[in-house]
Amino acid sequence: MKALILVGGYGTRLRPLTLSVPKPLVEFANKPILLHQVEALVKAGVSHVILAVSYMSELLEREMRTQEERLGIKISLSHEKEPLGTAGPLALARELLTDSAEPFFVLNSDVICEFPFEDMLRFHKQHGREGTIVVTKVEEPSKYGVVVFEGETGRIHRFVEKPQVFVSNKINAGMYIFSPSMLDRIQLRPTSIEKEIFPVMAEEGHLYAMELQGFWMDIGQPKDFLTGMCMYLQSVRQQGPEKLRTGPGFLGNVLVDPTAVIGQNCTIGPNVTLGAGVVLEDGVRIKRCTVLKGARVRSHSWLESCIIGWSSSVGQWVRMENVTVLGEDVIVNDELYLNGANVLPHKSITDSVPEPRIIM
Amino acid sequence: MLKTVILIGGPQKGTRFRPLSFEVPKPLFPVAGVPMLQHHIEACAKVPNMKEILLIGFYQPNEELTRFLSCAQQEFKISIRYLQEYAALGTGGGIYHFRDQILSGGPEAFFIMNADVCSEFPLPELLEFQKEHGDTHSFVILGTTANRKQSMNYGCIVENEQTNEVLHYVEKPSTFVSDIINCGIYLFTPEIFQHIGAVFQKNQQDMLLYPYEGEEQTNGWQRAEVIRLEQDIFTALAGQGKLYVYKTNRFWSQIKSAGSAIYASRLYLNQYHRTHPERLATNEEGGPKIIGNVYIHPTANIDPTAVLGPNVSIGTGVAIGAGVRVRESIILHGATLQDHSCVLNSIVGWDSTIGKWARVEGTPSDPNPNDPYAKIDSETLFRDGKLTPSITILGCNVNIPSEVIILNSIVLPHKDLNRSFKNQIIL
Repeated sequence: MKALILVGGYGTRLRPLTLSVPKPLVEFANKPILLHQVEALVKAGVSHVILAVSYMSELLEREMRTQEERLGIKISLSHEKEPLGTAGPLALARELLTDSAEPFFVLNSDVICEFPFEDMLRFHKQHGREGTIVVTKVEEPSKYGVVVFEGETGRIHRFVEKPQVFVSNKINAGMYIFSPSMLDRIQLRPTSIEKEIFPVMAEEGHLYAMELQGFWMDIGQPKDFLTGMCMYLQSVRQQGPEKLRTGPGFLGNVLVDPTAVIGQNCTIGPNVTLGAGVVLEDGVRIKRCTVLKGARVRSHSWLESCIIGWSSSVGQWVRMENVTVLGEDVIVNDELYLNGANVLPHKSITDSVPEPRIIM
Repeated sequence: MLKTVILIGGPQKGTRFRPLSFEVPKPLFPVAGVPMLQHHIEACAKVPNMKEILLIGFYQPNEELTRFLSCAQQEFKISIRYLQEYAALGTGGGIYHFRDQILSGGPEAFFIMNADVCSEFPLPELLEFQKEHGDTHSFVILGTTANRKQSMNYGCIVENEQTNEVLHYVEKPSTFVSDIINCGIYLFTPEIFQHIGAVFQKNQQDMLLYPYEGEEQTNGWQRAEVIRLEQDIFTALAGQGKLYVYKTNRFWSQIKSAGSAIYASRLYLNQYHRTHPERLATNEEGGPKIIGNVYIHPTANIDPTAVLGPNVSIGTGVAIGAGVRVRESIILHGATLQDHSCVLNSIVGWDSTIGKWARVEGTPSDPNPNDPYAKIDSETLFRDGKLTPSITILGCNVNIPSEVIILNSIVLPHKDLNRSFKNQIIL
């Protein structure tokens, strides 16, 4: 079976992290975002993953060669010369996707959840039409495009963009499974699958919705990245609590790479991920943060809701909060206060940032 | 023989020092570990022939003041007395009212000092200068150089550059007059009372001539007695060959706002290298890490993993936990700083508690370091309707919970905060 992952462009919403590393390779809960999806796909029987990418990245290509070998699957990169939207890349990869009669998966690369690929396949085969999209429940449907469908069968009636009166609380979760015949609907030009393809399929009774169980998050921007991490760690707590670190000094769900080093009298958690080679010195208080590979937090600092970029260094008695994101190799001097700072890679911060802003 | 009069004001004054002046008379607020006034007294006690120090003000006699006076008398072996004005009589009215007390024993000269100045007190130099200038009955103002802009917040002095005679004096002018400013420290001879007396007589006559001029219906005698040295005396004496200015380039600052107390502490701590090296903490085995000039009261209990300084003063019975950081701050007696907390540019009030990993931070209002003549701005609290970022002050018995930040805020006494605050006055 095959799967197409819509990676797209430069991941600007996740800057400054994506200035150093292509978005699919940014670690989410100590694993590149893309691998969360690829590994789940492999588990569901996918043996060929196609990445639809609109930029060239040697780093990404190299990493995919490694993963091909590790997972024993084929990974192709399908390059768009111009951005083709969410449907165009399917047309570009048509030949790869149609060499068998099997249905194939399509997913947005920013989505994190307990991937239900096996259920999708089962559901899709059951209704036998061209497409299945996964939907997830949201609290405030008026912010999104919602999907109106038949509760019993899942057959989609229509899509409503930002509904002003309640029609549904289910939104498109960015995961689909299609039969190859669906590709006849798409031409090789920039096209939106949500706006141009799905409404027609729904009209013709060819599109079904499957409800997602459990959490779901689009982690394409830092704030949601952190929220998604909290949800993901809670799901780890339920699925495999042995992966989480517990004991004195640890609160709630904390994921720690075995090579991370933690000093004395720290209080860590809830909702913290520490990457490989991370060092927390003595007396650090950290909660709701992701610390990426090789970063160091010096003693007595206090961090909440931050992403600390690779190999960055946070000084002593620093306070950082409110979705402060440090790019790669950032140095924060001792005793500073960063509130919602977005710091580009290789910067040295010598003054406090009391109000949210970007540090070029 | 010589005497000194220190004008200490009263509870209605020093409002810019709130909320700290609610708990202790401002002249007793600790600067570099000792009451503000003690720096004056130590300087006076060193002057040969100094026989008595008189404090004049309108505080009700209170325990703190009494205790301070008796301790200081013992320590410095000099007579120190407090003379209470029946009302605020102004800088000239107070000394005129108590002129008999000042003149008893026949001092040939006496110093007058405002309590809210921080200075190296070059008193021997002032005496020397007086001998060399004019006749022996001349009066001397201690002056220093300010920058043009800030000079207008002070009393401005125009001098004859050859003789140092004061040619013109104006208090807080609205346009630039001179960059020589009045330091609030004077050397007078008993003859000054003739000049103050003349103003007093004139005030009295004015009141008889224009009895209902003012709106306040107070006792006329009281109004005649309110005399300001600066506006009423110096302005008139300027150009009369009586008043001289001795300019110093030693350190000097006003202590009007609480923020300036941190700056003044820095100046005095620095002076301790010469005057009181025993008051400066040093790095010792088993003790906290000391950076720069730090005063620690012997009764304070400080974890060896704490890092203090520069410019930190720690009061009696203060408890400082593991991994605490304090810089540019005054921690008043009985306060507790719990583990990993961080206090920067702040005054932590008596018996206050700061929780673990809490951050208490202010914005320093130091003079421009690149301008040798810059003074600290006695800032107004608000500018354009917004609280100007300044040092953070916690009043007495304030509780800051763990892990919050208190930034550029003033917390009034006896508050238990439950979250972070920024740029606020918390009633």
